[in-house]
Amino acid sequence: MRNTTRRVGAALAACAALVAACSSSTTSGGGSSTAPPKMEPLSALGNGEGQLNLVAWPGYAEDGSNDPKVDWVHPFEQKTGCKVNIKVGNTSDEMVQLMRSGQYDGVSASGDATLRLIYAGDVAPVNTKLVGNYDTISAFLKDKPWNSVDGQMYGIPHGWGANLLMYNTDVVKDAPDSWGAVFPGAANKGKVTAYDSPIYIADAALYLSKTKPELGIKDPYSLTEDQLNAAVDLLKEQHANIGEYWSDYTKAVQAFESGTSVIGTSWQVIANMLTSDNKVKIAAVLPKEGSTGWSDTWMVSSKAKNPNCMYKWMDWITSPEVNAQVAEYFGEAPAQTKACEFTSDKNFCATYHATDAAYAEKISYWTTPQKQCVDGSGNNCTAYSEWVDKWQQIKG
Amino acid sequence: MAADQGVTQGVSRRIRLAFLLVPPLAWLVVAYLGSLGVLLLSAFWSTDEFTGAVVRTYTSDNIVRVLTDAVFRTATLRTIGIALSVTVICIVLAVPLALYMAKVASPRVRLALVVAVTTPLWASYLVKAYAWRMLLSPEGPLHWAAGYTPGYGLIATVLTLAYLWLPYMVIPVFAAFERVPNALIDASSDLGAADTTTLRTIVAPLVFPGIAAGSIFTFSLSMGDYIAVTIVGGKTQMLGNIIYGQLVTANNQPLAAALSLIPLTAIVLYLLAMRRTGALENV
Repeated sequence: MRNTTRRVGAALAACAALVAACSSSTTSGGGSSTAPPKMEPLSALGNGEGQLNLVAWPGYAEDGSNDPKVDWVHPFEQKTGCKVNIKVGNTSDEMVQLMRSGQYDGVSASGDATLRLIYAGDVAPVNTKLVGNYDTISAFLKDKPWNSVDGQMYGIPHGWGANLLMYNTDVVKDAPDSWGAVFPGAANKGKVTAYDSPIYIADAALYLSKTKPELGIKDPYSLTEDQLNAAVDLLKEQHANIGEYWSDYTKAVQAFESGTSVIGTSWQVIANMLTSDNKVKIAAVLPKEGSTGWSDTWMVSSKAKNPNCMYKWMDWITSPEVNAQVAEYFGEAPAQTKACEFTSDKNFCATYHATDAAYAEKISYWTTPQKQCVDGSGNNCTAYSEWVDKWQQIKG
Repeated sequence: MAADQGVTQGVSRRIRLAFLLVPPLAWLVVAYLGSLGVLLLSAFWSTDEFTGAVVRTYTSDNIVRVLTDAVFRTATLRTIGIALSVTVICIVLAVPLALYMAKVASPRVRLALVVAVTTPLWASYLVKAYAWRMLLSPEGPLHWAAGYTPGYGLIATVLTLAYLWLPYMVIPVFAAFERVPNALIDASSDLGAADTTTLRTIVAPLVFPGIAAGSIFTFSLSMGDYIAVTIVGGKTQMLGNIIYGQLVTANNQPLAAALSLIPLTAIVLYLLAMRRTGALENV
């Protein structure tokens, strides 16, 4: 009996030691604050360090391993001597986690990740003077709330796109031009699809900002408790008509081809794939209420071991030829205005409205919702963690 | 001198034994119990709202939320329902199949069936789940052949999981049937018992531990699954999806830890229930 007690005691002691050892390593970021940690951007460009570790969206840093013809990493390595190691991130949340580890030099962050990275001190401000191609980047992508704080840029814009309303033209015959077709979407009960992420709540909020002005929604990412609840109620109503949600874009393609989904939110690249497969007839429109969308930014880690190579990479990826290649491969609008001269499809920039500031203006780009309203209207907004809880409630 | 030798022998035997036992025990304590300990502990922490960093001060908020929030309760009930249905379907399919394999089939057919049951284990989980997605699609093969498909949802999830975990039920039940001596069955029928009586009173009690062992696999694997449901579940979500969402999307590790205590408790309770039936005593 005494023996057993002693053994249990030893096991518990071992556990406690383990816990103590583990707990000291998880801290990161530091305490909450309303301003990002003070940091100085790189002042002058030096020689490359010979290495570069990136976290990137699939398709953003192609080295020919997926398709031998699609390769802009090796030419970069030859030009700069920076050997590139790529870690693909599948979601914004995963990218935030990876950058927290401090093992990477840079990341292609979407707007729903950028502020989290900036305020946690995981990324450093960027000296845009050191990036030659920055000058000719579309003006409507510079100094935006999702990539800058108080006029200081925290990265170099890469490309952007809008979430579109897509529908099967054989089934949905009345050519909808409003998100009202999916909110709540009763006309196509059981065949409606939606993006499976808490950030989709912003789509409902955007629709409500136009159809229910009495709610007073100005920015779909700055929602008070009441406004958030109104959006959630609308999404709960929509849930009854949803067939399935999608987050993997190939699943969305397959769902439209098999007839599982006939109407819902989509990306240009999905519409392109469906059009080229030509199994179903679809149309994709930017509804009259405007839309949500993404705008990606290359950011430098605050703990970067190879900052010079990272600056060289940001200049490389936004250079006209390369930016054109990436944008065409991924299916989004290039940030670089001069890229339009280098696309293999001459209509590419027109299709994606790449230099159309008015079109870009209609898009509410993904931003991380925070307690302190991202549009600067106060500090009574709902934070992203609350959006996650609500999203789980919507799905029930 | 002789006593000395005995002592050295004893010591060296002990060293050899330690050499054999330390790696698995260390693995069990450090990697398994240790990580469970951290999990249990972190359920009582909280996160910084703004940066998402874990704050190490004691709070029981997460546990209270897990116990009171309606979403978690619905998802828990749904997940347990799915796990139980999958287990029942697997038992219904596996018992006759295993009986046939062990007691009726010729050696050649038996070998073929064992191969057939275990071959799917060589294929990737995702390939099998996507195959079901194809099969069940609105204008897919099933609809073409039978004129009906349940579509994506709860039923599709149960079907897919039952397919995925079936081998884990068939193998232990088959082994249990094989261990039933033919002499017992012969004796029973010699004494005039009908086949059903023999099955009920002689074979069933002997095979029950095998079914119980299989059901522990099917139940716990289904409890923890969250991938099949994203492929064929339509808009359904299971407990695993909620835990994943809290951990990865919301970056709320403490709440995710508190939530993962639910499946852990469910599986422990299931094991205890199985133990009460006496099924675990001679597996």
